[in-house]
Amino acid sequence: MTATARKAAIEAAGRPAKSGKVVPLGRAPASGFDAGRTAASLARNVIPPVIVLLVLLAVWQVSCSGPGASLPPPSQIWTDSYDLIAYPFFEYGSQDIGLAWRVLISLERVGIGFGLAAVVGVAIGALIGQSVWAMRGLDPIFQILRTVPPLAWLPLSLAAFQDSNPSAIFVIFITSIWPVIINTAVGVRNIPEDYRNVARVLRLNQLEFFLRIMLPAAAPYIFTGLRIGVGLSWLAIVAAEMLTGGVGIGFFIWDAWNSSRLSDIIVALVYIGVTGFVLDKLVALLGRVVARTSAAA
Amino acid sequence: MSAYLKIDHIDKSFERGGVATHVLADITLTIDKGEFVSIIGHSGCGKSTLLNLVAGLTPVTAGAILLEGREVNEPGPERAVVFQNHSLLPWLSVYENVNLAVSKVFAGRKSRAERHTWVMHNLDLVQMAHAGDKRPAEISGGMKQRVGIARALAMEPKILLLDEPFGALDALTRAHLQDAVMDIHARLGNTMIMITHDVDEAVLLSDRIVMMTNGPAAHIGEVLDVPIPRPRDRIALASDRSYLRCRQAVLKFLYERHRFVEAAE
Ligand SMILES: Nc1ncnc2c1ncn2[C@@H]1O[C@H](COP(=O)(O)OP(=O)(O)OP(=O)(O)O)[C@@H](O)[C@H]1O
Ligand SMILES: [Mg+2]
Repeated sequence: MTATARKAAIEAAGRPAKSGKVVPLGRAPASGFDAGRTAASLARNVIPPVIVLLVLLAVWQVSCSGPGASLPPPSQIWTDSYDLIAYPFFEYGSQDIGLAWRVLISLERVGIGFGLAAVVGVAIGALIGQSVWAMRGLDPIFQILRTVPPLAWLPLSLAAFQDSNPSAIFVIFITSIWPVIINTAVGVRNIPEDYRNVARVLRLNQLEFFLRIMLPAAAPYIFTGLRIGVGLSWLAIVAAEMLTGGVGIGFFIWDAWNSSRLSDIIVALVYIGVTGFVLDKLVALLGRVVARTSAAA
Repeated sequence: MSAYLKIDHIDKSFERGGVATHVLADITLTIDKGEFVSIIGHSGCGKSTLLNLVAGLTPVTAGAILLEGREVNEPGPERAVVFQNHSLLPWLSVYENVNLAVSKVFAGRKSRAERHTWVMHNLDLVQMAHAGDKRPAEISGGMKQRVGIARALAMEPKILLLDEPFGALDALTRAHLQDAVMDIHARLGNTMIMITHDVDEAVLLSDRIVMMTNGPAAHIGEVLDVPIPRPRDRIALASDRSYLRCRQAVLKFLYERHRFVEAAE
């Protein structure tokens, strides 16, 4: 087993234990909304990061306030880029739009590229996981391909598609598909022999086996792969857009650099970071929901 | 009349890396319809292997297995298996686990409502109808094993194959489930083959006990008839003469004779 796969396996092994004591969902709210407890837990989770953030901003402000500072301090960013911060959804022209719009445009590309990678990756992973030889033969190749940085695919992609938008989508696809394939294959390999025997006694056909046994049994692994994949595709989109242009958030940074708007770049970085964080949490949440309700139909 | 199930001169060896392990040698056994047969033998002798051959989960190396004159060469719902570790699918509820089998086996033969009734009927047989909505992780080991039995029964199998179905259970739960199985056998008249390590269990439940020698190349050492009339009552049997005689015969085979079986031949 490879390092990623092993890590995935460990994470996945840890998860069923957690979901093992899944209490019926309806029960938690039934115990009554405890305002005090909720406030306390909110305070525990929110206050420390807020304090750390304030301290960091203060340090930044002090260290960049000197005359020779090369980066703008937070106060200057606030005044320079007030429009970008306060109005994420403005629209002054086709090239002059708010950062939220730019993020949404980038997200659309990620949605297409990563969506394709998820579907194709799970399908390929499921096929490979079924066969020891396919696994042995293909795993080293995948291990090499998955280390290729996203941007290294771009020239090939541009040559193949002759157009920037499909190229950017292809770069996302090819960057994020490897962890999905590898983790799905490991998950399928690790389906207990007992479940396969149940399927064989019932004479489930290939499709039924895939839907009723393989997907739910390998779901923790698959979602580990998807989580890694969505992170990679967000990395890839920003880099790809810098080179291919358009109106996405990646190109915005490149554009801002060319016109020396450092403050705008920093605001854009915050947008990118927060979006990446939300994407990761969304996929993780989806994984938990699927683990709880999978194949309930 | 020809035998219902005929295990005909079976040989089984596993091959791994060019090294063959001879597990079963020349097993021949015929089983009648409605008969309850136990297989007993020391750990690792090949009992599970034999059961998997009958189930069709592993192919035979030589010989043949015939069910109603037709050769067994793949698994199927007419030879339902109750697995040693229950093998319920953890992402399905108790009801859905049984329903998966029912909707597959009776697809096109029973309507939706009939399938629901049939699932509930089988859960009722093992007194698990109340827990239909629970996940396997939320019920006890004995309950899981009962659901496993319900799932197998729901396939309306010609033969029910039980691989140490009560192995991991405490004595009290075990006794309850043995009674449940005896009751089901009496009511439905299924043909059953059960693997066990427990001498009392074998004598209590079986019409015949097949005793296997130690591996490698295990074979059938002895087949013992259990001439005790049914219905059987475990308390009354405790002092029954033929019960004690059968029990002693099995114990003798397992703890005295099996050691020099090879030398004696
Ligand atoms: N797939 C396999 N490949 C190689 N050898 C196997 C395989 N399955 C079983 N064996 C070997 O066959 C022998 C019999 O195994 P089996 O599981 O049938 O024993 P058993 O009688 O059921 O034991 P237990 O009572 O402990 O369950 C063992 O020595 C085991 O190592
Ligand atoms: Mg066994």
